Amino acid sequence: MKVKSLVLAGLLAFAPAMAMNNMALAQDNAAAAAPVESANAAAPAAEEAANAAEAAPDAKAATVAAPPRMKPTEGVGMPSPGEITLQEQFSPTGHTARWLHDVLLLPIITIISIFVLLLMIFVMIRFRRAANPNPSKTAHNTLIEVLWTVVPVLILLVIAVPSIGLLADQYKPAPKDALTVKVTGYQWYWGYEYPDAGIPEFVSNLLPPEKALENGEPNLLAVDNRLVLPAGRPIKLIITGADVIHSFAIPSLWVKMDAVPGRLNEKSFTIEKPGVYYGQCSELCGARHGFMPIAIEALPPAQFDQWVLSQGGKLPGAAPAATAAPAATADAAKAPAKTAQAAPQGAASAKL
Amino acid sequence: MTTITADHAHDHAHDHDADHKPAFFQRWFMSTNHKDIGTLYLIFAIFAGVVGGAISGLMRVELAQPGIQYLQGWANIQHSLMGAEPASLDQAYHLWNALITAHGLIMVFFMVMPAIIGGFGNWFVPIMIGAPDMAFPRMNNISFWLLIPAFLLLLGSAFVPGGTGYGAGTGWTVYAPLSTSGSAGPAVDMAILSLHIAGAGSILGAVNFITTIFNMRAPGMTLHKMPLFVWSVLVTAFLLLLALPVLAAAITMLLTDRNFGTTFYDAAGGGDPELYQHLFWFFGHPEVYIMILPGFGIVSQIVSTFSRKPVFGYLGMAYAMVAIGVVGFVVWAHHMFTTGMSVNVKMYFTAATMVIAVPTGIKIFSWIATMWGGSMSFKTPMVWALGFIFMFTVGGVTGVVLANGGVDDVLHDTYYVVAHFHYVLSLGAVFSLFAGFYYWFPKMSGRMYNEFLGQLHFWVFFVGVNLLFFPMHFLGLSGMPRRYPDYPEAFAKWNGVASLGYEIMAVGMVIFFINVFWSLAAGRKAAGNPWGEGATTLEWTLSSPPPFHQFETLPVIEDAPHH
Repeated sequence: MKVKSLVLAGLLAFAPAMAMNNMALAQDNAAAAAPVESANAAAPAAEEAANAAEAAPDAKAATVAAPPRMKPTEGVGMPSPGEITLQEQFSPTGHTARWLHDVLLLPIITIISIFVLLLMIFVMIRFRRAANPNPSKTAHNTLIEVLWTVVPVLILLVIAVPSIGLLADQYKPAPKDALTVKVTGYQWYWGYEYPDAGIPEFVSNLLPPEKALENGEPNLLAVDNRLVLPAGRPIKLIITGADVIHSFAIPSLWVKMDAVPGRLNEKSFTIEKPGVYYGQCSELCGARHGFMPIAIEALPPAQFDQWVLSQGGKLPGAAPAATAAPAATADAAKAPAKTAQAAPQGAASAKL
Repeated sequence: MTTITADHAHDHAHDHDADHKPAFFQRWFMSTNHKDIGTLYLIFAIFAGVVGGAISGLMRVELAQPGIQYLQGWANIQHSLMGAEPASLDQAYHLWNALITAHGLIMVFFMVMPAIIGGFGNWFVPIMIGAPDMAFPRMNNISFWLLIPAFLLLLGSAFVPGGTGYGAGTGWTVYAPLSTSGSAGPAVDMAILSLHIAGAGSILGAVNFITTIFNMRAPGMTLHKMPLFVWSVLVTAFLLLLALPVLAAAITMLLTDRNFGTTFYDAAGGGDPELYQHLFWFFGHPEVYIMILPGFGIVSQIVSTFSRKPVFGYLGMAYAMVAIGVVGFVVWAHHMFTTGMSVNVKMYFTAATMVIAVPTGIKIFSWIATMWGGSMSFKTPMVWALGFIFMFTVGGVTGVVLANGGVDDVLHDTYYVVAHFHYVLSLGAVFSLFAGFYYWFPKMSGRMYNEFLGQLHFWVFFVGVNLLFFPMHFLGLSGMPRRYPDYPEAFAKWNGVASLGYEIMAVGMVIFFINVFWSLAAGRKAAGNPWGEGATTLEWTLSSPPPFHQFETLPVIEDAPHH
């Protein structure tokens, strides 16, 4: 929404590295033959590094174990085979929007199409040459012309009122206590950072097909590190792009927001139920545009807090008593974030 | 004023024999005859259509099943043509992006526009207004010949580096920064230059049509007596004239961002990637009306001819097109609903977009009212026109769904959008192209097409494209994004059906070509007016094909013959 030049410095610093990474991939057949694997191989390594780094300054955080990786439910938060409708929705705006589509728009457009088809069939039968050899010369009828102008206007008004209402709903600003997560689109993976909880950015890559199968997750939707969010609490995503435009999309939460370099786009929503919700990058962003999926793991609030602690983060209620210690944690945590970002590039160029 | 100008043109052609044709090279390469240039445009458009259609065939073959089946092999062929090493997987993925980019650009700029404006517009606008030729015959020629280098540049871009692999992989929208910092190498520069040249040709063409229609109408042919096809080309020409320079500016800034260090679209230098999208869609939305409005005109002529009735609500039809053209300039940001615009902007563009449904509805209902009370025959052109009306309705109503900014949040950049714009273009504009082709084929070639093959072509094509594009609605609703070479298993079913539909459509195209070649070689000789009393426009008063120079003596239009 508003351009914030703050991020630009970071993006600028990052851009040359990315460009080099791309070139390395393009030139190196061996590395590029299995680019997905190489990127993924790097990620767990980065994670270990992050865990190790956390353990050193803050022993308390390391004692909290992360909740077990949630198994997705078939057909929930993902497309179902042969589906012909919108995905089941799990956010309040999703319900409103799906209602608007399923109850208002779809019936109206179906009726209009069938009405036009029936009119055409009637005309084709009734006024075929054999049935009506002498054509009329009527070329005007003011009443009917006014009617087919006014009736569509009325139909559009019926659509427009709830549609504008839905828009207002979607743009309701997030409450003060909303959890803020910064989402960054990279070529070709996502980065998630929790500034409120002090969890530094970690990256999320596509899982290779055999790994997805092993986990019982859908191929091309499964990722290694999911975006972990609390169910039932308001969430505010700050979305940006590091290199080119990407788009952060989760169909089952009615979320789609472009990740534009140099802009901070905001999207707020609430996830109603714990679960795994999948999405895919929805703005053409280069070669691996189709291979940077998004997976949200929505945990019950208590488990989410546990996850935050397991990542060395702090809870919003926690008293900022030992100001020195958390600061140290944050500093220490920033270091692994850099390794995490650098890791995929390192892996790719290492194969040169 | 009209009469004086027309007399001038008449005097100029006076010392020519009406049917004196120049020698081959002079006639086809240095042409100043609107009919010959129209023919060149049509041949070019058919060729480009085959190329663009073949590319979509590659896409449908790859998408028929989940997984990457052929893309790697094609990329290897592309690389071996260049003497480069076999392609990496990323380079194969890049080839996918190059394919979707080429398909879009070719079909928009080198198939639909040349066929419908350059081809039918050139052939029939002068004849329908009773003029001997276009206002600027030499400019007309250069409009066409600019297309050739433009097309060669675009095709050539597939064989030079464009970032990760060979070719421009930016999508036809060429969004920055993917098209600037995201695509090293000359491929994107070549594609941009191609659009510049094609755009320049179109602007010249637009100037020519506007001048011709305003100044060269036969005596008595007032604006409100012009056939609706001429009206449609007039409105289209204004859209071209106003929209294309904006595209030219937008992509020139892309070029300077790419090559000369400017930062129009780079936030790091004070620019904005969204600026490009605003400029592009300020052109891009009128562009979709540029592709469909002449189709409206063609369908109006055909429905009237085969119903033996004047067009119902002629003035309403003409001004509905003007309204669509005007409103088409103020709805562009509905292509950008997910870019993070403010709620007020989104509300405005939602409301403004829905307004377009009103004049479009007027057109649909007026066509039906034209048939109402008529004496309809169902020759091939009429069947295509009827197919157009229904398919365009289906494509139009999904447009009303997408117009809702809040609903678009989930449908944006999914196959729902692909389904929508193929229903209005591939089943709309293309159906009107085939309708016009069969309608005017006897006039242009002097021979009748084969009626059975024409009907067969329609039904096979109709089944094929519906099977191809209707399932895309389902894919989009369940969330499949556009521009993906591979997809999760859940999307396999409808992708399989769509690919089957492509094969059926391809069979339809084979029937079309058999019909064209058979009819040109052995078709029955066509009478001046093969359609009977319903065909009232001026082209049917001439022989088939028309003399090399028609209307040596200007026709005088009596009181309202065609509405």
